[in-house]
This record gives sequence, C-alpha cells and structure tokens, in this order.
Amino acid sequence: MTIVVEGKDIKRDYHVGGGLFRGARTVHAVKGVSFSVEKGKTLAIVGESGCGKSTLARIITLIDPATSGELFIDGNKVDIARDGLSKEMRRKVQIVFQNPYGSLNPRQKIGDVLGEPLLINTDKSAAERRDLAMKMLKKVGLGPEHYNRYPHMFSGGQRQRIAIARALMLNPSLLVLDEPVSALDLSVQAQVLNLLADLQDEFQLTYVFISHDLSVVRYIADDVMVMYFGEAVEYGSREEVFSDPKHSYTRTLFAATPRADVASIKARLAKKKAA
Amino acid sequence: MALLDIQNLVVEFQTASGPFRAVDGVSLHVNEREVLAIVGESGSGKSVSMLAVMGLLPWTAKVTADKMSFGGRDLLKLGPAERRKIVGKDMSMIFQEPMASLNPCFTVGFQIEEVLRFHMGMDKAQRRARAIELLKQVGIPEPAERLSSFPHQMSGGQCQRVMIAIAIACNPKLLIADEPTTALDVTIQKQILDLLVSLQAKYGMGLIMITHNMGVVAETADRVIVQYKGRKMEEADVLSLFESPKSNYTRALLAALPENAVGDRLPTVSDMLFEPAPSGASA
Repeated sequence: MTIVVEGKDIKRDYHVGGGLFRGARTVHAVKGVSFSVEKGKTLAIVGESGCGKSTLARIITLIDPATSGELFIDGNKVDIARDGLSKEMRRKVQIVFQNPYGSLNPRQKIGDVLGEPLLINTDKSAAERRDLAMKMLKKVGLGPEHYNRYPHMFSGGQRQRIAIARALMLNPSLLVLDEPVSALDLSVQAQVLNLLADLQDEFQLTYVFISHDLSVVRYIADDVMVMYFGEAVEYGSREEVFSDPKHSYTRTLFAATPRADVASIKARLAKKKAA
Repeated sequence: MALLDIQNLVVEFQTASGPFRAVDGVSLHVNEREVLAIVGESGSGKSVSMLAVMGLLPWTAKVTADKMSFGGRDLLKLGPAERRKIVGKDMSMIFQEPMASLNPCFTVGFQIEEVLRFHMGMDKAQRRARAIELLKQVGIPEPAERLSSFPHQMSGGQCQRVMIAIAIACNPKLLIADEPTTALDVTIQKQILDLLVSLQAKYGMGLIMITHNMGVVAETADRVIVQYKGRKMEEADVLSLFESPKSNYTRALLAALPENAVGDRLPTVSDMLFEPAPSGASA
C-alpha cells in the first residue's frame, strides 16, 4: 500500500510575545507526534480542546510549518518554512472546517466558491471550470440549480456538502476534516458521514479526521490517535484502541462518552432507585 | 401535581412572508423531582417552547396556549413585572453558550449576586457568603478568589458552572437547561451532566433538559419528549423510548446514531421518515 501522508516526530512551538508586565514564553502545542496514513484509509485524531489536534491539522494541511520534524506527502518531503508551497502541493492536500457557516464567503455564489480553486491553481477556461463545478455539485448530492445561489440560502448540512465539494475540486489525495460534523444535527450528520464514505470509495481518498466525538470516530476511522496536551498518548488501529485502551486519558474519555444503549439506561435507573 | 403544565402551546413568528409557526400545538408537563428531556434537531421548536415559558421571546412572537401554569399560577395572565418575579427565582434557565451568556463586563461574583439582590433582598455580606457557597456547590476551586474573576478568565466548563450557580441561586423549583453541554468537551460534558443531575436530586427540582444528543438523554432523563418541526412526535419514559420507539422519526433518530451502525452506511432520517411533514412548517 502506498503511504499518502507521514509525519515523523512533528513538533510545533508558538512563541507568545511578552507584554509590559509579562515575559515572552513558548507554548509547546504539538510535542513530537509521528503517524502515517495509507491511501484510501482514515486516521482519526481525538482529543479535547487545546490538545493540539487542530495545530497538527494545520501542519498537515501545509498552512503552518512545523518547528521540527519531517512531513512526507506522497513520499516527498515537504518543508514549507524553507521551500514555500508549490501549486502542486497545494492541490494535494485540502481541508474542510468545522463551521460551515463561517467557512463560506457570504458574498460569493456557490458556483464561484467551487470555481475559485481552479481559477487560482490551474489555467482552465471559464467554461471548463463551470462544467467541473456542476459535476462536483452532483457528486456531493446537490443539483445544478444550486450553482447560482448564495451560502445563506443553504442549510448547515448543505453548506458542509459545499465545503466538501470545494475541497475536492482540485482532486486532492489527502483531505483533512476538522470536526466536519460537530456543528450538524444527528440526522444530517449521518448524511454527511455517508457522503464522505461514498467519496472515499469513489476517489480512493485518504482522510485525516479530527473529532472529539468517539461514536463518530468508531464508525469512520481505520486508525485512531488520541492526543492529550500535545502528545499522542494512544495510537493504533480502531479495534486496538477501542477494545484495549492503554493510556488512562483514553479510558477517561471512553468513560465520559454518554451511552445510548438500553442496558446502560437500565443500570442507571436501577442505581437511581437504590439511591 | 404537575409543576409545569402546558396544553396546546402555539408560537408563531411574524415574518415578511407571513406567520411562521415554530411550535405547533405542543402539550407537556413536568412533575416535581422529575427530569424531562426534550429532543429534536435544530428548528424543531424545542428551545422556542421553553423560551415561551420563560417569557423571553421577542415581541414578534405570538404565544397562545390553552393552559400554561407553573406551580398553580397561570403564566398567561401574569403581567411582565409579576413574571419577572418568577423567572430567575422559581424557574430559571441555563443556555447553550456559557461564554456568550455571561456578561463580559462584570465579574462572576457580581453576576451571581445580582440575582440574590433582585430576588432575595439579601445584604452585601449575605450575598457574598451565598455566592461563595454556590460556587463551592458547582465545584469551582477557590470560590472566594474566583468571585472577582471575569468570564474571559475562566474556561468554558467553568463558565457553565457559573451559569448553573446563577440558575440555582434562589433554589428554583424548575430548572431549564437548553443544550447545556453542546459547546463542551466530552469529559467536561460528563462533569456538568453529573452536577446537574446531583443538584436536581439534592434539591428536588424539576429539570427540563433540551438537547439533540441521544446519549445525553439516555444518561439523564426520566421521561422524554421527541419534537420534530414544532410538533410532538412521541412522549415516553426513557427506557421504553430506547427499547421500543413508537414513532418513525424516533426510530430514524436512533438508527442514525453512529454507534448503532449496521454495515458501512448509516440510515438517514429521510430514508425512514414515512410520515408527511406537518403542515405550516417549511424546511
């Protein structure tokens, strides 16, 4: 199997500038994380807010350079701090953000939203861009009638479909999904998760899926990484992590996840009666 | 006797394209010492119906009901001044965004004491003592020092604890929690839910938990109402709802939970929803 993305001992420090009353200090957001994802597979990164999972996502998406460590995409070493970012690299990795209300320009029509990555990164003509955008709309379950509409005319789930469509316009090999379904209702969440699974099958896409919802992770991931204070405290296949969590934080996380099965409701009600 | 009893509640909003019916004939009741969960997706009218009970809707909303009584008093007949004496005292509410629902310009101590001053008429020393006691109850370390903190100096979980402290300050009979944990991490969510349920049991409050998370329902509720597009789809005690859901919508919701997934695709609500959409509601 070809490995699409690989990180070796990735670290990221942020220097917080000092003010009049405070000295400068360094925040270690990611403290040496290693991982690799094969083509067509999904790596889920789990952790609470502030644990560095979004920082790692920014590094993988080539938005932020890592302070140290090596990042390989499709086998090539990438160092955006030294070499900058080529159009080719930009095409390979795309990201979908958490909040579909904030990630679309309210003054841009959907057709232009989808055409813009092509306009910037390729020299396709306007007619070709339009064709590709129409095709992509159909792929994500929208129709050509949506081409000339503005973002405010869509529901949250539809907007997330548009964000996914935009990410796929350049035919990327790696898609980073930063909490793509956390802002969505349960029923819409199911539709978007199905769409992601369909697209993965069709295009052999590789996903890095960031989430704090363990039930979603269990459903979608092949490999799971649990982060805690910038470190990967647990990393393994889904079966390993869920059946035999090794780190105490992972166990806390599992224990805190609400259960919606009949047996645990019965147990809770019995406990309440006894109290 | 029911603590809160609502019959046939209708809430309509005046919009440019005519009246929009957000809540369409919902009846519900909460008993003392009972946890009622109201479940539904966004736009199902679950928050609006509770805001109507609290009297917090804007003037564009038209609220009508056959009956809306709280602790034996008819809420529909109360004037604004009398209503304000109940709201925040006997009946209080916690909102979804803890960071946004606290006033950033005042210390948390001031905001807790404000309720005590308005409703309980306590003097300064009593208020301070009670505020410290409340912060201790909701599990904030060093409560005396924390009184002079501003909301931005606290984490989201701590802000939600402060909100709970404000809500229970006057020993309310009914606490309404509107998606109290949606903005929080799972580990913090667990702590906040445990706190709410333990406070509810300790003080014998009625608790209405508004949520879209079936896990939260399963972990807290005694009785559940499922709402969809402003209508009540199902009402059942928590065990029978999860064991044998009656309405198609509830079945669809439970099937869409990723942990219940069979095969590699999730059933979606539209696959399973055979009932025609209620009239007067548009997606």
